Amino acid sequence: MLKRIFHQVRDWVDDRTGLPEMIGKKARHLVPPDAKWWYVFGSATLCAFMVQVVTGIALAFSYIPSSGEAYATLHFISDEAPFGHFLRGLHYYGASAMVLMVGLHMAQVFLAGSYKFPRELNWATGVLLLAFTLAMGFTGQLLRGDQNAVWTVVVAAEQAGRAPFIGQWLGHFILGGATVGGATFTRFFAIHVFIMPSFIFAFVGLHLWLVLRHGISEPPKAGQPVDPKTYRQEYQELIKKKGRPFWPDAAWRDAVFCVAMIGVIAVLALVSGPPQLGKPPDPSIIDATPRPDWYFMWYFAVLALLPHGTEQYVLIYGPLLVGIILMGLPFIFNRGERSLRRRPWAIAIVVMIVVMIATLWLEGVKSPWSPNFKAQPLSASVVGATNGPVFLGGRLFHDKGCINCHLIGDDGGRRGPDLTDVAGRLSKNQMILRIANGAVNMPAYAGNLTPAEMDALLAFLETRKIQRP
Amino acid sequence: MKDPNTEPCAHVPLASPPELSRRKFLARFSLAVGSVGALIVAVPVVGFIVAPFFKRKVEVWRSVGKVQGFKVGETVAVDYEDASPLPWAGVTAKSAAWLRRENADTFIAFSINCTHLGCPVRWLPKANLFMCPCHGGVYYEDGAVAAGPPPLPLPRYPVRVKDGDVQIQTSPLPISK
Repeated sequence: MLKRIFHQVRDWVDDRTGLPEMIGKKARHLVPPDAKWWYVFGSATLCAFMVQVVTGIALAFSYIPSSGEAYATLHFISDEAPFGHFLRGLHYYGASAMVLMVGLHMAQVFLAGSYKFPRELNWATGVLLLAFTLAMGFTGQLLRGDQNAVWTVVVAAEQAGRAPFIGQWLGHFILGGATVGGATFTRFFAIHVFIMPSFIFAFVGLHLWLVLRHGISEPPKAGQPVDPKTYRQEYQELIKKKGRPFWPDAAWRDAVFCVAMIGVIAVLALVSGPPQLGKPPDPSIIDATPRPDWYFMWYFAVLALLPHGTEQYVLIYGPLLVGIILMGLPFIFNRGERSLRRRPWAIAIVVMIVVMIATLWLEGVKSPWSPNFKAQPLSASVVGATNGPVFLGGRLFHDKGCINCHLIGDDGGRRGPDLTDVAGRLSKNQMILRIANGAVNMPAYAGNLTPAEMDALLAFLETRKIQRP
Repeated sequence: MKDPNTEPCAHVPLASPPELSRRKFLARFSLAVGSVGALIVAVPVVGFIVAPFFKRKVEVWRSVGKVQGFKVGETVAVDYEDASPLPWAGVTAKSAAWLRRENADTFIAFSINCTHLGCPVRWLPKANLFMCPCHGGVYYEDGAVAAGPPPLPLPRYPVRVKDGDVQIQTSPLPISK
């Protein structure tokens, strides 16, 4: 009886809306039979995005997008609201997962040559979605509304300021005014919550439509190059002969992977929690150490390591060039072999990019170029004297800022060379030259030290020698 | 019998080209009307978002302390309120500068923003250097670049003494070209 009513209701809805038929047909579109675990990253990205939408809406229930109050609401969400800490964690690790999955998806599509004819626009819309995802990550970090957020906006504005002609204007546009202030956060809120998500929804729709239109690419086989004249026919034949319905033959893998990913996000959110809030967003607090979230850490390293004078070009034309290369890729290489056996360079490129980003990322985390402001005066045991020129020199080593950039044993910064064994490497005259004249990354101390101070500093440095057997 | 598609439409002013069919006309008309609608909405939207940036900024002088509160030769951080902060700006309405008393009545105010990418530089009083926490920029005490990536010296802000008060003029965030 109940079952009959249920069926009647279902049939009525089917008939009046037509939705189950339409959706069912699309969901059961045929996919190549051997499209297996390598094909889950795209749907995982979408899945992470849905996590972001849902957790983001929940956070918006308590968030005030005002420069003066955002920070307080963040504290409320993190420290007082039930589930708030967990929710922020989900949103943060969800964002991380989305960035990671976009990257994996892109690498997989590139390695499989799936961007070739007729799927050029699948790739191109994907590149745009990558850009939107990064923009979401960036604006999201700002909405945290703490000190780091303020300086991140400033750094972004300064980067935009390097653009030719419109730089100044663009920089102030990002700030929402002449300085960081009341207008800054509301604008980023609108971008993060309305504009970027609209773009993502629209382009995900287009991206999926293109997937349905051209079909999921079959796993590549060496010796079967893509020829635009015959590819479509070959694909149709393959699908007709061997295709499996996406739902449920392939979709179950997407579901399993997606749920596993959400599980990892949830565990990380519970165990590690969201990023700690920094100091209040007061631009007059000078004691700050601005750092980007992990997905931009590698770029932070790029900005520090660029040869001086080149950044003018790299900051603006670098991203532009990357964009052009990514967008142009499927149009330039839209035919030919897809198999990795015939495209060894594809592997090399992906490996190089991964190694490059990983190396830069590690450098960014260590950021040896940043002065160590926490360095304390050297202890007597390290200096090895409690009076006399060596003692004086040891104190000057701290007071004159040497220690901010140089290591003595375990104390100090890492910007310049480790001076633990400097006397083993340099003669006194060489040291004088370096100290007096400085270098590209070292101030000249000629006008900053009295002759007596220079002597004391040298006396100290000359004792910096590791005893060798 | 007349073909309604070729019949001149009464609403169309003047002569349309003869090949313009009623259907083509309606298509173009709808697009044109739609564009007008979009424009009506777009003008205030774009204006609202962009116009504030074309408003002439009025900079003001802000007192940061009494002259006698600053020792000659010392460089200290001072903070002050932006020119016209929005009511909800809270602490973000504040700005800071490094202020040094040169002698009895001259002061220098340096921007705290590194000319590389804007991070707040710190003054190391014993070393007489400004150091940036982000990418290792260093400046001498006069603001000249001493080391690292900054392309330009630290900008200076207008500063004056009025009625015994040291005053700094509010300035936009210095954006290096």
